[in-house]
Amino acid sequence: MEYVIEMLNIRKEFPGIVANDNITLQVKPGEIHALLGENGAGKSTLMSVLFGLYQPEAGEIKVRGKKVNIANPNVANGLGIGMVHQHFKLVHNFTVTENIILGQEPTERGRINIQKAANEIKELSKKYGLDVEPHAVIQDITVGMQQRVEILKMLYRNADILIFDEPTAALTPQEITELIEIMRRLVNEGKSIIVITHKLKEIKEAADRCTIIRRGKYIDTVDVENTSEEKLASLMVGREVSFIVKKDAAKPGKTVLKISDLVVNDSRGLKAVEGLNLEIREGEILGIAGVDGNGQTELLEAISGLRKVESGKIELLGNDITNMAIRNRTETGIGHIPQDRHKHGLVLDFRLAENLVLQTYYKEPYSKNGLLNDEEINNKADALIKEFDVRSGQGKDTVTRAMSGGNQQKAIIAREVDRSPKLLVAGQPTRGLDVGAIEFIHKKLIEERDKGRAVLMVSLELDEVMNVSDRIAVIFEGRIVGVVKASSATESELGLMMAGAAQDKGEGDI
Amino acid sequence: MIKYITDEKNQRFIVPLISVLFGFIAGAIIMIITGINPIDGYSALLDGVFGNTRKFGEWIVSSIPLILTGLALAFGFRTGLFNIGAEGQFIVGAFAAVAAGIFVELPKIIHLPLVLLAAALAGAIWGFIPGILKAKFRVHEVVVTIMLNYTALHFINYLIKILPGSTNTRTVDVFPSASLSSEFLSSITRFSRLHWGFIVALLAAFLYWYIIERTTFGYELRSVGFNQHASEYAGMKVNRNIVYSMMISGAFAGLAGAMISIGTFDYARVIGASEGYGFNGIAVALLGNNNGFGIVISGLLFGALKAGSSAMALAKVPKEISEIIMAFIVLFAAMNYGIKRLLIHLRKEEK
Repeated sequence: MEYVIEMLNIRKEFPGIVANDNITLQVKPGEIHALLGENGAGKSTLMSVLFGLYQPEAGEIKVRGKKVNIANPNVANGLGIGMVHQHFKLVHNFTVTENIILGQEPTERGRINIQKAANEIKELSKKYGLDVEPHAVIQDITVGMQQRVEILKMLYRNADILIFDEPTAALTPQEITELIEIMRRLVNEGKSIIVITHKLKEIKEAADRCTIIRRGKYIDTVDVENTSEEKLASLMVGREVSFIVKKDAAKPGKTVLKISDLVVNDSRGLKAVEGLNLEIREGEILGIAGVDGNGQTELLEAISGLRKVESGKIELLGNDITNMAIRNRTETGIGHIPQDRHKHGLVLDFRLAENLVLQTYYKEPYSKNGLLNDEEINNKADALIKEFDVRSGQGKDTVTRAMSGGNQQKAIIAREVDRSPKLLVAGQPTRGLDVGAIEFIHKKLIEERDKGRAVLMVSLELDEVMNVSDRIAVIFEGRIVGVVKASSATESELGLMMAGAAQDKGEGDI
Repeated sequence: MIKYITDEKNQRFIVPLISVLFGFIAGAIIMIITGINPIDGYSALLDGVFGNTRKFGEWIVSSIPLILTGLALAFGFRTGLFNIGAEGQFIVGAFAAVAAGIFVELPKIIHLPLVLLAAALAGAIWGFIPGILKAKFRVHEVVVTIMLNYTALHFINYLIKILPGSTNTRTVDVFPSASLSSEFLSSITRFSRLHWGFIVALLAAFLYWYIIERTTFGYELRSVGFNQHASEYAGMKVNRNIVYSMMISGAFAGLAGAMISIGTFDYARVIGASEGYGFNGIAVALLGNNNGFGIVISGLLFGALKAGSSAMALAKVPKEISEIIMAFIVLFAAMNYGIKRLLIHLRKEEK
């Protein structure tokens, strides 16, 4: 048996779009096989076909050399195929054990033997080094642990072909390293793994072979060892991709945003930002580096007006905006690319066109005498879709929920940048996006800077902060503990500051 | 034919039509089980609606309030609210119209709009209470509105009894200038109770569509209904919009009340229990897909089942059969996802 999974010439259509067009994927037993593609390339669709969530229009699937018809996920489970979804499917107020046995409860005369199941799970957990406590309640454990519960769920059902859908999206760097170790151990025990991802670094680290798809089409299958990251990137995007962000030196002008002694509470009422001072000037990108949870979210929300300021002052172009209503801030000149694009950035059930005017719908020409002008709205949408290359099934009429993450983000950026705000606030603008989209977004941020706008970018990816910013401010426990020039900053220096080791580095460092 | 039915573009109205068809088929099965020939049953129903112009008029009369409560519920659904309090808003609206029709006498051209306004306003105020409680204190509107339904029922019964001239069961008639009833309409429909309310219902359906789809205000309300966080991010006044949505929904329900009190009867009645117009509005909105035109159609359908039930009873078909059919239609309408799946399946077989 050469291949454990063979998906041959798979075709899957959705209204207005061919998600999979003649795609072939062959997975050898005992390998970690990466499935690489941009957002919306059709990776998840292909895996949903394999898992029985969708029926393909053409093509065939062979499991362990035998042709099969996977009509629903139960058939897939029966064939030993298990899937860890990107968004975990766990009952939050159940324990680990209860979640794992859900649907396959070991019953004796109508009663569930939880202890027996818990012991089995403990054993499994030990065998694969997962270190999961069977009686812990899901809502009390970390995201990384929850993912391990999902893995255990597959193992408990005796799956030996494991699909991971974007497994690292929600994990910290430390958890990612651990996950890769776990995956190796699984393979060593005879499992085969398919991992859906667009993160090249992780593919290089973990995978044996990699199949690349682009815009629904099969491109190539390569040995990861002999293929460089650049090569993988260009196969995925279809052109050369540069990892270095090209930009000229910044020409900072007058101060746009001035934050003094800012104090902001988090949702639990604890101080998250404690006496923060910061200044951003025209024509520069200020990157905020820091470990997640050091007050970045609260800072962004305080600037954009989503969160109340306890004390301190925020000034935009000399206007005090500390307690200003959000709409007034927007009109004073703030563009905001929110961290959570689904929560704040988009009304997912709106048409794309409606989302593209979310900040301007009440103004002429989109609204006149209280009436919407659909023609103007649609024209604007078409123009932005073209300019920002926002791809979707039905153009401006696509329900935004049906779009890929990268294109949703492009839509938000189109909307915010198009208003030419004096200050552009970007919270993790490239989170979860593929290299093509990341490159595009970085380019747009730099274009805005070159037009003389001030850009404030928060990112948890140190590489991104270092590549894109002109100046880097490091945030630690709600304070800026140092501001350095990006051109001369080193990773180790920033790393130390992010860990709070450089409290003495003052604001006037540059 | 099959191709037309399974085409995705037509799903918007094909799916509700299939729900209705299934509802009638299920009703036929029930009739067969109880030993009634479904052909007799359904011809009695048809006769009850189209049999003569009087029956036709009565059909429209029973459809008018259903269309309006359907609009009330749909307005809530489109803006993220479940206004189960349409029943209570209906009751206060019915009373307010009568009160405004008893206490003053004005030329009809002023008086009639005034009593309709009073009904809408009363419904809006009754909707304002759950709206403000939700906006300020995050109290769920379903809980508040259910309680307010009882409050409205008993409070209004009390008010009806203390109005000048009221008996224990009803108020006096409103001034003719405040009545929707029309001798003309009555005369062309062999003295049915048909009144001008059908114009109110049609205008309301148009207004509903216009506010929701065409106005900037409607855009905001829909946005808040779908995603409060994104609406706040976009600088909308989320809490204010929740209150407005509840009030407008209540206004439609209040108008529905007026259709009965100053349309069908010309006076307000003491009622022992809710008459279900508000609850039926849920079904009407559901089947009508929260679409203005769809609600008019589905209101007419439920109105027909209501009006036809007495004709069915005359043909020795139990009245309850028509209620069972209604329930089945609602059931199948709620199963629209399954019907869509079925259509997709059919489309594939076609290929």
